[in-house]
This record gives sequence, C-alpha cells and structure tokens, in this order.
Amino acid sequence: MMQKKNIKPIIEVKDLHKSYGTNHVLDGFHLDLYEGENLVVMGKSGSGKSVMIKCLIGLEQSDSGSIIIMDKNMNDIHREDLDEIRTEVGFLFQGSALYDSMSVRENLEFPLRRHTKKFGVIEDTTPLVMEALENVGLANTINLMPNELSGGMKRRIALARTLILKPKIILYDEPTTGLDPITSKEIIMLMKSIQEKYKTSSIIITHDIDCARVIANRMILLIDGINYAEGTFAELSASKDPKIEAFFK
Amino acid sequence: MISKFIESLKSFFIEIGELSYFTGKFFVEVFKRPFEFKEFIRQCYYMGNKSLLLVGVTGFIIGLVFTLQSRPTLEEFGAASWIPSMVSVSLIREIGPIITALICAGRIGSGIGAELGSMRVTEQIDAMEVSGTNPYKYLVVTRVLATTLMLPLLVFFGDVIGIYGSYLVENLKADVSLTLYINQVINILEFSDVIPSTIKSFFFGFAIGIVGCFKGYNCKKGTAGVGKAANEAVVFISMLLFIIDFIAVFVTNIFYDL
Repeated sequence: MMQKKNIKPIIEVKDLHKSYGTNHVLDGFHLDLYEGENLVVMGKSGSGKSVMIKCLIGLEQSDSGSIIIMDKNMNDIHREDLDEIRTEVGFLFQGSALYDSMSVRENLEFPLRRHTKKFGVIEDTTPLVMEALENVGLANTINLMPNELSGGMKRRIALARTLILKPKIILYDEPTTGLDPITSKEIIMLMKSIQEKYKTSSIIITHDIDCARVIANRMILLIDGINYAEGTFAELSASKDPKIEAFFK
Repeated sequence: MISKFIESLKSFFIEIGELSYFTGKFFVEVFKRPFEFKEFIRQCYYMGNKSLLLVGVTGFIIGLVFTLQSRPTLEEFGAASWIPSMVSVSLIREIGPIITALICAGRIGSGIGAELGSMRVTEQIDAMEVSGTNPYKYLVVTRVLATTLMLPLLVFFGDVIGIYGSYLVENLKADVSLTLYINQVINILEFSDVIPSTIKSFFFGFAIGIVGCFKGYNCKKGTAGVGKAANEAVVFISMLLFIIDFIAVFVTNIFYDL
C-alpha cells in the first residue's frame, strides 16, 4: 500500500451522518482519496454507498460531518463554487442517466455548453465530442438516440459524457451493475485505461469483486453506515473476519 | 378509521404546502438568468402544435353536438335563430376553456408528470444537476411557461373550430350562410365575454404545468412511481381546474355587478 501520511488528500470525508427517518444510513463514515488513487467502496445493497457518493457531489445533503473536495468545504459552498467543483469531479450514474430526448452528441454537448467557466463558450464542440467518444470506442454512435444503444454502450457513452469535462476525479456509482460479465470486464478495463491516460483519481462504488480486484488501489468495506474495514484487495481478501469473508466468497 | 382519516388529511396538507413552496420557487427562478429559451420554444412546440389535432377534433364535435342537441328545443320556442349567439357565448365563456383545459390535463399534464417522473427515477435530473444546470429552471420553468402561454392559444383554436362545427349544422339544417352566422356571433360577443375567459385560460395553463411538474419532479423511486405521478397529476389538475373555474366565474360576476 502507498504511503500517504504526508500527502494531502483531494477528497476528505469526516464523520459523515445521514438518516432517513429512523434509518441511519451513514453513521460516522469517513474516507480520504489521494491523487491518482482508485478507492473502491464496497458494501451490501442498501448499505448507503450511493447515498455517500451523492453527498460528496452535493446531490444529497448530509445531516452532519465534513466533506472537503480540493480544499473546498462542501457544507458551506456557493452554487458557483459547487458548479466549479463539479467540472473537476465527474459522476458516472448507476443507470447511465443519459437524456432520453437527446442524441448522443447532444448528451455529450450538454455539460460542455453549461460549464462555460472551464472551457469558455465553445463554438464547435465536435472535436471534443469525438475525442470523448473515441476514448470509449464508440465514435460511430454520435447521431444515435439512447434508446438505440445497448446497456453496455449506454454506460460507455455516460462515461464519455463524464470525461468530456476532463475531470480530475471520477465517482463511479456501481459501474458494472446490470451488465453481462463480458461487458462488465470491458467497462472495468476502460475505467483502468482512462485512469492511466488522464491520471484521474476515482471512488468506485461497487459490489463486483472482479471490478475491485482489477481496479482498487485501496478498499473500504461499508457495513452499518461505518468503515468496517480498510486495506488493499489482497489484505481484505485474506481476512478471516466472517463479515469481510462474506464479500469475497 | 379516524386515525387513517387524520393521516390522509395530514398528508394532503403537507402536499399542499410542498406544492405552494414549489410554486413559489417558480416565481423566484423565472426571473433569474440564464433563460432557457431554446427549451422553452421546444416545449411550446411540443405542447401547442402536437395538441392541435386533439383540441380541434374535440372542439369541432362539441360545436356540432351542442347545436344538434339544442336545435329541436329552440325550434319549439321559435328561437332557432339564437343558436349562433348561444353556442358562441357558451363556448367562449365556459365550455371552450374548461374542455380544452381538461383535455390538456390528460395529454400534457400527465405527459409532464410521466416524463419528469421517469427522468427522476433514472437519475437524469441528478445528471443535469451535476452538469452545471439548474434542473428546476431547465425542466420546470420552461414547461410551466409553455403551458401558461399555449393553453389560451389552444382554447382560442378550439373555440373557433367549435363555432365552425356549429355553423356546419346550421348550414345543413337551416341553410344559414357563413357570413350571417359569423355576423351573429360577432354581434353577441363582447370583450367582457372574451377577456375573463382568456385570463382564466392562462391560470388553467399554469395549473396544468405546475402540478404536472410537481408530481413528476417529486416522483418516488420505481416505475410504479412514474405511473402514479402521471395519474395523480391528471386527478389533481382536474380538481384544480374546476376550483379555478369557480373562482374565476365568482370574480367575474363581482366585476359585472360593479
């Protein structure tokens, strides 16, 4: 495992709490993400993984705790600063979340046209759109509509939409869920190649062991809203703790 | 039994509170930049143009049936010549706006509820938020403005087609010419017939847009939630339309009395 003691994390989460009524989803969760690192967060369905990742990007409000992304405290952030953070933090949604009423080109252009602070007003978006599509190997789909794409293609296009803003951090919410094993493997390899090409840092929410094995530099097991265990894939998979073993069986 | 009733009453008032907040937010966001003009035009086209056929056919049949049904009774009293006046006043004052609004509640209101509900469930609204877009402004403000603006135009279109349907019956039954029919319609109509019904139509359009958006935008997870949002939107809008209609008639009468 890399020595991180003296390096400042780019994402720092401390004592995060989130409840829905009497259901305490996050109960003091914490994490640090360092530059160039792939951090996998694993947990059972309903363990609060997706809620945690949505709190990071401001899609959900935590009840208490602190989230600091690239030195900006997300608890008292203005809308403009939040939008600026969001150009640096990409988010791949579990179900791809492509806009049904827009073509692939329009889906990719949408964030480009909105986040004008980072790139300015772009007259011709085609080169950037093509570059993003080529990165995911789907340059020929530019004029298709989302309903003409397979599940795996949708996930790739969603990844291209995330990449188009050239983010420093990518948050993946269950990137391989609902895909067949071969397509899952392709997506995992794609994520790995993107990380190597753009030197991005990533938080990957998953319960796919193969995904974790290939991509994780470090892992956190989220059980009952807290960090139950933390370590590399090799360390955790060798554990004799029955709760940890259950993930790797 | 009583506790169930109290629970449902409580949730009803909570929903009214949430709807009021949602509506208040509209008036805050509508004046803020950036204005999503392109999306607004797209929604106007979608809601206006694509509802023309349905509104036109309904208006035509209402004008036709209304005349066919009332003619025998009016003939008995020797008042058949009053048909153009009666049809035009009732169509423009009441039947045209409320029927068009109810049709649009079914077509546009449920459509908005289902579309936004599906976008919520599939995280497209979240994706929009992450893309640096205010989804309320992009999705809600544009749709509410479009329904508010398009409904009076659809009502006008439905009224004209309805009057034409009535003329066709009159032409076939009593050989009334189009010029004579139109003259009678214009002679009877006053601004006090047209203006209140036009103002009322704006409110109808606003109600359709805001309730449709509210139900869809706050849709609970799952595909069942999408269907529920669309269904609830139609029921809620229909009820609201009758309440607005009652208030509009009440207020108009107060002005007449003055």
